[in-house]
Amino acid sequence: MAISNILETRDIEKSFGSIPVLKRVNFALQKGEVHAFMGGNGAGKSTLMKVLTGIYTRDSGEIVINGTPHQFAGPRDAEAAGIAMIFQELSLIPTLTVAQNIFLHREPRSGYFLNDAEAVRRSREILADLGEDIDPTARVEDISSGACQMVEIAKALSQNAQILIMDEPTSSLSEHETRSLFRIVRRLQSNGISIIYISHRMAEIFEICDRVTVMRDGAIVFTDTCKNISMQVLIDAMLGPGTGSSLQWRDRKLNADAPVVLDVANITAAGSYRDVSFHVRAGEIVGLAGLMGSGRTEIAQAIFGIRRPDTGTVQLNGKTITSTQEAIAAGVALVPESRRRQGLILDHSVAENFLLPNLDVFKTGYFVDERRTARKILDFIKLLGIKTDSPDKEVHELSGGNQQKVVLSKWLVRAPKLLILDEPTLGVDIGAKSDIVEIVRKLADNGAAVLVISSEFEELLAMSDRILILQDGNLTNQLDRRNIASEEVLHHAVQS
Amino acid sequence: MPSKANVTTTAPTPVVIAKTRQFQWRDFVVYIFFAIVLAFFAITIGDKGFLTVANLFNITRTTSMIAIMAIAMTFVIAAGELDLSIGSSAALSALVAGLTMAAGYGMVAGVIAGILSGLAVGALNSFFVTFFKIPSFLVTLGSMQLIRGLDMRVTYTKPVAIADTTFTNFFGSGKIGPLPSLFVWSLVVVVIGHIILRYTTFGRQVLAAGGNPVAARYSGVPVDRIKIYCFLVSGGAGALAGLLYSGMMQTARYTFGTGAELAAIAAVILGGTSLFGGKATVIGTFVGALLIGTINNGLIIMGLDVSEQMMIAGGLIIVAVAFGRRPTKT
Repeated sequence: MAISNILETRDIEKSFGSIPVLKRVNFALQKGEVHAFMGGNGAGKSTLMKVLTGIYTRDSGEIVINGTPHQFAGPRDAEAAGIAMIFQELSLIPTLTVAQNIFLHREPRSGYFLNDAEAVRRSREILADLGEDIDPTARVEDISSGACQMVEIAKALSQNAQILIMDEPTSSLSEHETRSLFRIVRRLQSNGISIIYISHRMAEIFEICDRVTVMRDGAIVFTDTCKNISMQVLIDAMLGPGTGSSLQWRDRKLNADAPVVLDVANITAAGSYRDVSFHVRAGEIVGLAGLMGSGRTEIAQAIFGIRRPDTGTVQLNGKTITSTQEAIAAGVALVPESRRRQGLILDHSVAENFLLPNLDVFKTGYFVDERRTARKILDFIKLLGIKTDSPDKEVHELSGGNQQKVVLSKWLVRAPKLLILDEPTLGVDIGAKSDIVEIVRKLADNGAAVLVISSEFEELLAMSDRILILQDGNLTNQLDRRNIASEEVLHHAVQS
Repeated sequence: MPSKANVTTTAPTPVVIAKTRQFQWRDFVVYIFFAIVLAFFAITIGDKGFLTVANLFNITRTTSMIAIMAIAMTFVIAAGELDLSIGSSAALSALVAGLTMAAGYGMVAGVIAGILSGLAVGALNSFFVTFFKIPSFLVTLGSMQLIRGLDMRVTYTKPVAIADTTFTNFFGSGKIGPLPSLFVWSLVVVVIGHIILRYTTFGRQVLAAGGNPVAARYSGVPVDRIKIYCFLVSGGAGALAGLLYSGMMQTARYTFGTGAELAAIAAVILGGTSLFGGKATVIGTFVGALLIGTINNGLIIMGLDVSEQMMIAGGLIIVAVAFGRRPTKT
């Protein structure tokens, strides 16, 4: 065992139920290195990180820190062992000050009382060490998201963390903030701190990381020094030999003269997207590819009337859309990014969720036509293969895939003219995933226009006839599916 | 809808459709409690007049105004909001109606003016809640005081006598057949409230707005408009309760409905409606109001004084709510 390895995992395994999510993971982090972690959704990255930070308990294997094996019963143990995670969704308390956040639960005291002055003094010291000019007495809600990240890092350092795990740290940062984050990463590195850097952005990885590890299907499939390799090698490692997937693309016969259903003209929203124009024809499935934070979701929201663009217009079959009610009436349906927050009312039943956007259809006068609703929902439960004991079951009791089918059912019953899917298969098992792809294809075959947003390029390539490339809020390219030979092309296209 | 036949592809997994959903005894806590309380009083003080028809009607009469306000409050809470000003609206409506009639404009004008004053309070509340996005607890905490102050100011706290016997008989003093008119009023409101919440599209939208306002918006529910309607319902019901108070007392006073907002909220929560919105039952609320009224009535007959009544009633509310709580989910 090389003594320079600050952290080693030996044959770590973890299953959820009968599904293995980590398969004999052997990984070594050297002291003072910045080590990138890559892999698609469900590759096992976040599970591994949760094992390393004590949130999950591993089924078997060993975690070795500085040569000694450790048992983590909970996050506190991992913290004590010097491992800290900088969360993507920042875990600071907005109404407390910077100093209060840094020393949360570990406040310096004098006697029975908190010593605020000491907390402020020590916070100032740590922040100055980071080269950051942040006022420790400012409230967190008043500082920028970049500064919040620095505070998170300062919090980790105040606990004498030796290993920092950063999860997509730049996804919410501006270009300028990204530069200063990189400066700090280098400074931490020179102080001997080791960093695990999770990201999808290859350009960043090549810039800031020493080594890179790729995970696929719960196993580590590749580790090498960044200097030795090219982007191509990484993409190959992520995709694996032959994209042996159940999701095969089918060249659909398209009618080039089909009427334009969706016409997006020069829409701009400050901070999200700029001057975006495109159209989708009847029967066409168009993919929208871009990294997290590229403005994908915001464009979907603009089309659905949730958040109007500052300038520009969205038209459906010639009708301008300015509100969600108008969008729905014109035949737009959105399967939103967050199923639990935006797609469903979790405490309500399958039938109630199904009914909600369709109250205009299932009514007689002012009254809900319950009998007709009940019949229709039973049809859709059978049609989509939704696994539920009863339409009256509350949706939070259903699995992710079945929940997503409920979201689909509530829109399919309207026979939408335009269906927008934002990350439709996130957290959905593979069976439900291919069901969903099939449903969408059939819908398009019957003349609906479809816009698909997904971080999973495999899925985009399986469904789309045409793919739009979005980079930092700009529509930079448009590819005909026939001209895309492999997933690599798409990976190259979205990396700015 | 045409798409359904074309959408299926994969062999659908067989689904077993259960005819009824699992029995959730928690949903029926209020009924069980009500039965226990009735049985307890029937056994202990049945011979002291608790079980007489006159006393049972008395319970329904004294409960009526709270029940009506609680039913409107059910809609507000179902939509994820709260209306603390409902009791103040009651007194405002009583005074406005009383003054209108005292000025010689007659009963119809008085009733209309009273109801309009309640709707105005509802409009004011909903404006600040939906337009300025201020939490309704705060808005109505303010308007509760503001309107109560206004109630005191209009007549410099002097009561307004109501001489119109048609009015007093219609609202609160008279009988319809053998039934006290107050009881009939509350039954009418229960039936209408239950039908609206349970069977209309508006009812579904209210529950959706409270269950998850984001998902409701993503489903095309005009969440703000629904909330405005709920506050109007609440203001209107407060106004009706005010007319009933003044009909019963044959006077309008600024003190009407003091503390009614809290009694109404207690009835709503006892009835099984979620304080966080999205789940609600009008019938449950009505039984909740009857439960509170029955406890108070029984304790009086038992000869307990007000301080003891309050302690026991308060304790029972906590116990009943604790039993009815749904297990927290993660």
